[in-house]
Amino acid sequence: MVRLLKIELYKIFKRPRTYIAFAVITVIILLVQIALKFGGEEYVDLMMTGAKETFDIPVHQILNGYLVCFIILNLLLIHVPILVALIAGDVVAGEANMGTLRLLVSKPVSRFQLLWVKFLASSVYTIALLIWVAVFALCLSILLFGTNQLVVARKDEYDIISTSDVLWRYGAAFIFAGLGLITVAALAFMFSVFADNSVGPIVATVCVIIIFTILTQLQIPFYDETIKPYLFTTHMLGWKGFFYVRGEEGVTIEGSIEHFSQIIKSALILVGYTAVFLAIAVWYFNKKNILS
Amino acid sequence: MTFVIEARNVSKDFKEVRALDDLSFSVQQGKVYGFLGQNGAGKSTMIRVLLTLVRPTSGVVEIFGMDLKKNRKQILKNIGAIIERPDLYKYLTAKQNLEIFAVMSGVKIREKEIMEQLNKVGLAQRVNSKVKTYSQGMRQRLGIAVALIHDPELIILDEPMNGLDPQGIADVRNLILHLSKDLGKTLFVSSHLLSEMELIADSMLIIDKGKKIVEGKVAELLNPGETNVELETMNIEQSRKQIQGSLWGKHFVGESNGKMILKMESDKIPVFIRDISQMNIDIISVRPKHSLEDYFLSLTAHHG
Repeated sequence: MVRLLKIELYKIFKRPRTYIAFAVITVIILLVQIALKFGGEEYVDLMMTGAKETFDIPVHQILNGYLVCFIILNLLLIHVPILVALIAGDVVAGEANMGTLRLLVSKPVSRFQLLWVKFLASSVYTIALLIWVAVFALCLSILLFGTNQLVVARKDEYDIISTSDVLWRYGAAFIFAGLGLITVAALAFMFSVFADNSVGPIVATVCVIIIFTILTQLQIPFYDETIKPYLFTTHMLGWKGFFYVRGEEGVTIEGSIEHFSQIIKSALILVGYTAVFLAIAVWYFNKKNILS
Repeated sequence: MTFVIEARNVSKDFKEVRALDDLSFSVQQGKVYGFLGQNGAGKSTMIRVLLTLVRPTSGVVEIFGMDLKKNRKQILKNIGAIIERPDLYKYLTAKQNLEIFAVMSGVKIREKEIMEQLNKVGLAQRVNSKVKTYSQGMRQRLGIAVALIHDPELIILDEPMNGLDPQGIADVRNLILHLSKDLGKTLFVSSHLLSEMELIADSMLIIDKGKKIVEGKVAELLNPGETNVELETMNIEQSRKQIQGSLWGKHFVGESNGKMILKMESDKIPVFIRDISQMNIDIISVRPKHSLEDYFLSLTAHHG
């Protein structure tokens, strides 16, 4: 199993297209960091409109590495799924398109095992992409902007998280985001099993993500109760929950999370979606005639 | 007599299309088995059934005496195959491709073994070149190396001569004969180059529309009896008159494309050539038309 996984990873990381996603992420993060380095204070002013007088923290302290990373994650975690789909959508359909799938399936490896290592390899790629985001978005931002309290804007309020209370939240948020991205990988992977060409699964995954994300962000009460709770894109935003803290008499409680049970629920829903996508993929692949 | 493959009453339906229709055949150990049929006859479907890429609708396939359905993994360990085109990872080198498929076949190989395989197919010089830089013929040869990398007992080659130049075809022919005659491997080979099949196959099966038309040893199937002989000369008018006026006149059937056609028993052909040479006929060629190609066309045309 380990040897097969190594082979799958070898194939993924030997392909030049694999690195497109890493390059895209690097460019976006650098652009945001440069923009905030030179125009960050105006951005923070805009973010704090109407609340500036209630804060005694100077703007230059609000604009620190933690905030920059938070801004980047808000921008990126909607779009990284598209980059994940590029690889996960190609992992089976791409082999069919190249004509190598028939060679693989005719080898003494069960179809389930073959599919499983391919999904594991897609997940490793997804995690590698996320680590890349973490390194660039968090570590480089800390290097460029330093650290301080993290001010997180919500609808009508602001959470202020002390410097020593931030890092673990990022760790947890990245783990949660990984779960969300693996769900996307499973969706693209499922589509990939149905197709003999990788364009279809990638486009289908991107379409689902775009439609679900639009529905998630629509501020229409009717959808809030009927559709949104069931969309995986709604629960993918659960990472933000680690930055919403509880307070007592206006003071933030260190190490607290406002709705921890909601985060757990979202995580379980994402795991459920992943399991369903994989089960469909295995069921179909096991009975599929390999004609490509 | 030991059979490596035994297929019994295999049928495969794709929705309304019957690709294989009650097909039964046996492949003897250590022999080259030719699998013939026109495009769309069902050859690739049968090969896919043997490699578990397609599940038959009905019927049983036994390989190495074991049920393919129940012993898939064990059987596939001992099979090497090229299926249709030798598609490999084009962004990887020949060496990397061989390493990948060796692992997939469950064997560990050393650099020396890789080089040996590539030497066999004449690609040792290009071991570190990416496959995308290979010609079609080179890819075909690399495909054969991939099929052989784990030293399988049964080798299934689907159109192995495709895309090869005459030298490449001769090389593959010699390799197939070497694998069978010297190493005792069993080869199941489909090809549209029927003349090549005539040179390499011990037994053969001809199918049409998924059905068996004939199965048997090539030598027996080609037992000519009476056969047509095609004679091409410098001056057909004069030659025809000379032949019609001789003892061979009764064998004259007619003319086709500027050549004379005569019907006679095969063992009379050498005497015929000797006689017409003595008549001072300027012979360009004498071609007995009992080739596998003629046989194949007559059978499939009849069934069509």
